[in-house]
Amino acid sequence: MYSVNYHRASSVADAARQLKNGDAKLLSGGMTLIPAMKTRLASPSDLVDVSRLKELQGVKVSGKTVTIGAATTHYDVSTDEKLKKVCPALAHMASLIGDPAVRHRGTIGGSIANNDPAADYPAALLALGATIVTNKREIAADKFFKGLFETALKEGEIVTAVSFTAPAKAAYQKFRNPASRYAIVGVFVTKGKDGARAAVTGAGEDGVFRSKEIEAALAKNFDAAALGGLKVPAKGLMSDIHASADYRANLIAVMAKRAVAAANA
Amino acid sequence: MGIEGVGARVARKEDKRFITGGGRYVDDMVVPGMKHAVFVRSPHAHAHIKKIDVKKAQAMPGVVGVLTGKELKADGIGNLICGWMIHSKDGTPMKMGAWSPLAVDKVRYVGDAVVIVVADTKGQARDAAEAVEITYKELKAVVDATKAIQSGAPQIHAEAENNLIFDWELGDGKATDAAIKSAAHVTRMKIVNNRLVPNAMEPRAALGHYDKAEDHYTCWTTSQNPHVARLVMSAFYNVAPENKLRVIAPDVGGGFGSKIYIYPEEIVCLWASKKTGVPVKWVADRTESFLSDAHGRDHVSTVEMAFDKDNRITGLKVDTIANLGAYMSLFSSCVPTYLYATLLSGQYNIPAIHANVRTVYTNTAPVDAYRGAGRPEATYVLERMMETAARELGVSPAELRRRNFITSFPHQTPVIMAYDAGDYNASLDAAMKAADYAGFTKRRADAAKQGKLRGIGMSCYIEACGLAPSSAVGSLGAGVGLWESAEVRVNAVGTIEVLTGSHSHGQGHETTFAQLVTQRFGVPIDSVSIVHGDTDKVQMGMGTYGSRSGAVGMSAIVKALDKVEAKAKKIAAHLLEADEGDIVIENGEVKVAGTDKSLPWFQVALASYTAHNLPAGMEPGLKETAFYDPSNFTFPAGCYICEVEIDPETGTTEIIQFVAADDFGNIINPMIVEGQVHGGIAQGVGQALLEGAHYDSSGQLLTASYMDYTMPRAGDLPSFKVSTSNTPCPGNPLGVKGCGEAGAIGSPPAVINAITDALGVVDIAMPASPATVWATIRATKH
Amino acid sequence: MSDVSLTVNGRRVSGNAEDRTLLVHFLREHLGLTGTHVGCDTSQCGACVVHVDGRAVKSCSMLAVQASGSTVVTIEGLADGAELHPVQAAFKEHHGLQCGFCTPGMIMTATDMIARHPQGLDEATVRAELEGNICRCTGYHNIVKAILAASETMAKGAKGKAKQAA
Ligand SMILES: Cc1cc2nc3c(=O)[nH]c(=O)nc-3n(C[C@H](O)[C@H](O)[C@H](O)COP(=O)(O)OP(=O)(O)OC[C@H]3O[C@@H](n4cnc5c(N)ncnc54)[C@H](O)[C@@H]3O)c2cc1C
Ligand code: FES
Ligand code: FES
Repeated sequence: MYSVNYHRASSVADAARQLKNGDAKLLSGGMTLIPAMKTRLASPSDLVDVSRLKELQGVKVSGKTVTIGAATTHYDVSTDEKLKKVCPALAHMASLIGDPAVRHRGTIGGSIANNDPAADYPAALLALGATIVTNKREIAADKFFKGLFETALKEGEIVTAVSFTAPAKAAYQKFRNPASRYAIVGVFVTKGKDGARAAVTGAGEDGVFRSKEIEAALAKNFDAAALGGLKVPAKGLMSDIHASADYRANLIAVMAKRAVAAANA
Repeated sequence: MGIEGVGARVARKEDKRFITGGGRYVDDMVVPGMKHAVFVRSPHAHAHIKKIDVKKAQAMPGVVGVLTGKELKADGIGNLICGWMIHSKDGTPMKMGAWSPLAVDKVRYVGDAVVIVVADTKGQARDAAEAVEITYKELKAVVDATKAIQSGAPQIHAEAENNLIFDWELGDGKATDAAIKSAAHVTRMKIVNNRLVPNAMEPRAALGHYDKAEDHYTCWTTSQNPHVARLVMSAFYNVAPENKLRVIAPDVGGGFGSKIYIYPEEIVCLWASKKTGVPVKWVADRTESFLSDAHGRDHVSTVEMAFDKDNRITGLKVDTIANLGAYMSLFSSCVPTYLYATLLSGQYNIPAIHANVRTVYTNTAPVDAYRGAGRPEATYVLERMMETAARELGVSPAELRRRNFITSFPHQTPVIMAYDAGDYNASLDAAMKAADYAGFTKRRADAAKQGKLRGIGMSCYIEACGLAPSSAVGSLGAGVGLWESAEVRVNAVGTIEVLTGSHSHGQGHETTFAQLVTQRFGVPIDSVSIVHGDTDKVQMGMGTYGSRSGAVGMSAIVKALDKVEAKAKKIAAHLLEADEGDIVIENGEVKVAGTDKSLPWFQVALASYTAHNLPAGMEPGLKETAFYDPSNFTFPAGCYICEVEIDPETGTTEIIQFVAADDFGNIINPMIVEGQVHGGIAQGVGQALLEGAHYDSSGQLLTASYMDYTMPRAGDLPSFKVSTSNTPCPGNPLGVKGCGEAGAIGSPPAVINAITDALGVVDIAMPASPATVWATIRATKH
Repeated sequence: MSDVSLTVNGRRVSGNAEDRTLLVHFLREHLGLTGTHVGCDTSQCGACVVHVDGRAVKSCSMLAVQASGSTVVTIEGLADGAELHPVQAAFKEHHGLQCGFCTPGMIMTATDMIARHPQGLDEATVRAELEGNICRCTGYHNIVKAILAASETMAKGAKGKAKQAA
């Protein structure tokens, strides 16, 4: 790791100020940033730690509206009883991230700000039609995730929370990369008042995306059977030593079917 | 057996420190004034070094020294060597290319060490390493051994034309060809054994300390054989004469072969310590380990197996190309030859065998012994062939094996080995019973109803362990003898220290070796200490690999115990005024048989040191040394059965059950033996399902961290069903055979036989990852 | 450089360290607690697991300054004096370790796992919960056995204590 200066923010406003230092970066759970710094792939001059800010923590549920603070850990999301009642799929998804120690530190804000093409949260938020709240504005998930490791966040902008309306039905199915255990393919499906949405992570060359094919099939009938003849095109999907684009295309169809079945169960 | 003696499930003495955080590994060592080293490694697989500029790096904060291969050579440090001479079939010696501990004018694989940077902290050393400027002229690289021997391939060492190191054969080619020609049936396959990275959880590390006042070096290193390290560093690398070099291998966090060899880093750390005047510690990052630890396997074989009309094997012909990487590592030459081709008879009566092995340089990390070393490759060849042959011949895999089992011992194979004892039907029976083999058809049908594909596969392995009779290996080209030493020191109060040349890095020697002593003298196990891993304490030893610590290391202890016992009896007979032949030692007492005359053990010990009243002419003291050289290899064998269920939609393979029935001869501590089998199976299943080192065509290692190299996790494996049967080994005093490698040897073919059975295909590449399985299913549909 | 103050294994400690110092290095090099190990660069092997404020975390993926103000328990602080923690005892009894390198992280993960599953554990759960801990020696068989056994012992112990209290 290169030398770095650490600051512990006292508030979101303080963090915003501190971020103006040199090439400063926010530090939340550190489960992505610290490993990247260790291998010298990331080299911020300053770190602004927001992980201890109470204002960024916790899951709030009011009616069907769910709000999750940016610094809420994956563990806290996965075990939140209120959330499990209104949207168990998201709690389940959070329980599939990494391992217990990673879930104890990693946060939803860090995950979506990082937008790893194989991360789980981006698929969930896209399928949930969530809103990403920052210290400056609110951004619809559809506009937030912009490509590999790219988001709509501007320089110095801080994610403070994520909110969404719990859908009637939802489920997530993840097929893990055998080595890294991130998603080779993850499909999050929802059935809400605006119909069915299906988002795919792990597979797209441009990162997380909504699958037109799956959504079209589910629009008519939110049932696994509706995906029976589903053919997902391999075009635009990643190929690497772990999975070819064809294989990923197949997995998208399989995971989508299983997710819909789970959502209906 | 007592509760702490031979055969008992004694909980391990060494565990106390490991479970409380008190283990002492190399990285835990601190020497006053110690600095930290980082190696600058080649980013290219093959390149000329045009220029190395260290000025900027030297000026960086905290930097103590930045040293290059030129300076190392100028100080007379020697090249790394391979210690086992193999001759090609035309009589020419193997073509060993020079391997400088720091590359001087050429780099040959990604990770080749070029410069060492020493600084106050590791962070500073890394900062400075980035400031070292090296100008390379890139050359074309080759990573695939079958391509490297084609004409026009990049030439890696001037010494080895077409990158061919040797072209070696074993067995009777003519007889084998004749058998194939006249066969009723011939099974033919191309068999690939994938490249693996050993991945001991403790990364390699070295701490070199030159003491100027004493003109003496100490090296703490993650070694499986510190004495061999000292010998080689003295004799070949000119680091220091043996009397001025102490090598300590403290607690070592796993080895699996990868920590047998002497690597550039420990040599360079010792030399750099003298050069800079400070103790120098280097600890590998995991990625550094992936790049620079010796890899394992990487064979491609073409195989023909001939059968007569009664399904008896009449001949086996194997043509193997073995990738040895960019340099010849210490034992690299013997792995694909004498540890491989000599096992090609397996558990079977095969009248004619011929093996041809070509070893090849490529621009990849050096390849050497990894758990099993050669024997897994031989077993994979044979047991995949048997499976395929059974399917082609329309007989059950068990039946074909039984038909060909060796049933009378001793048995001389056509490939050097003389098997001493075994009962292959017994382990096959035991495994089939434990696996409820008979019930498989129903289980398969049930799974099919759920849309799942079930398969079952077996593997009957044999291995040669207890490495090895010194004169035998000497005649085959080994540069060292493979005996073991032991010293038993009885203290004046009767407590006992055993000094051994074996090295424990997980095997539990501190317990099993102590069990031998407890058994012999009836003293509590807590009064026995095992000392190992330090060349200043133990005079000489050959270390731990090749499942040799039991059969060879413990046999040396038995010999030393015999001598101690004999002397103790003489002293006791003298003190008790009895006949030496009537003395028995039991439960910590030395007694005259058939009388009530006895002495506590400690009094005999004490008497030997007070020396007030010893038999005339007897030297004081109670301490004996023994060297044990085995008369033969040992031959553990067994049968493994794997049952899998495949999800055809995703290609995921679940191991439903894994059964191991092993014959390890007599067993000192069944708990430890089972643990060794579990670990071996996990590595074998890892090879079959998960693990594979993958270089791209330019020589970049794509699987250089756990993000891309799949390590077996708890969730990938089931609990294993293990059992043992016993035909005692007649070749050593304990009747033990060795158990350290069996799991890794026997399991890969069992898994692949099961998967190919489930899929109804002839072959599938290892690792049979979900993507590979899915692609195979799809290819068979089209 | 920053001041780092922690409560480690019940003892208040403080020191001055470069901000880039990882918690694992602070523990090992500043405090001499070398039971916590480093086995990878990618936060995957779990050899470095310690408890920070009661939760298992990977000390290789956290800066020492990040932890400042927190309570840390390492493998050295698990036993109660001479008496082994039930998880330590179970690892020994069931041969849940060979080379011992992964062991501190395994044991710290196991104690955290057992604490989070007061209702008890089954084999599948234990295996899933070990996702972030790699062992190359044991094949996990005896680690799983040891954790299941420790979980039972501790549940019994807890019941015993509850009875005593009642
Ligand atoms: C072993 C391992 C396995 C993993 N497996 C998975 C997996 O299976 N699935 C998965 O999805 N992820 C996985 N992860 C990643 C994990 O989920 C991370 O926690 C997450 O991606 C990043 O969150 P963090 O809080 O740790 O962020 P950090 O690492 O602290 O930060 C990540 C990035 O986000 C920025 N950032 C942080 N907070 C904010 C904010 N509030 N506003 C704006 N920018 C911010 C940072 O500046 C940084 O660039 C794994 C990680 C590890 C180490
Ligand atoms: S060292 Fe922390 S996870 Fe490997
Ligand atoms: S005991 Fe050696 S890595 Fe687990």
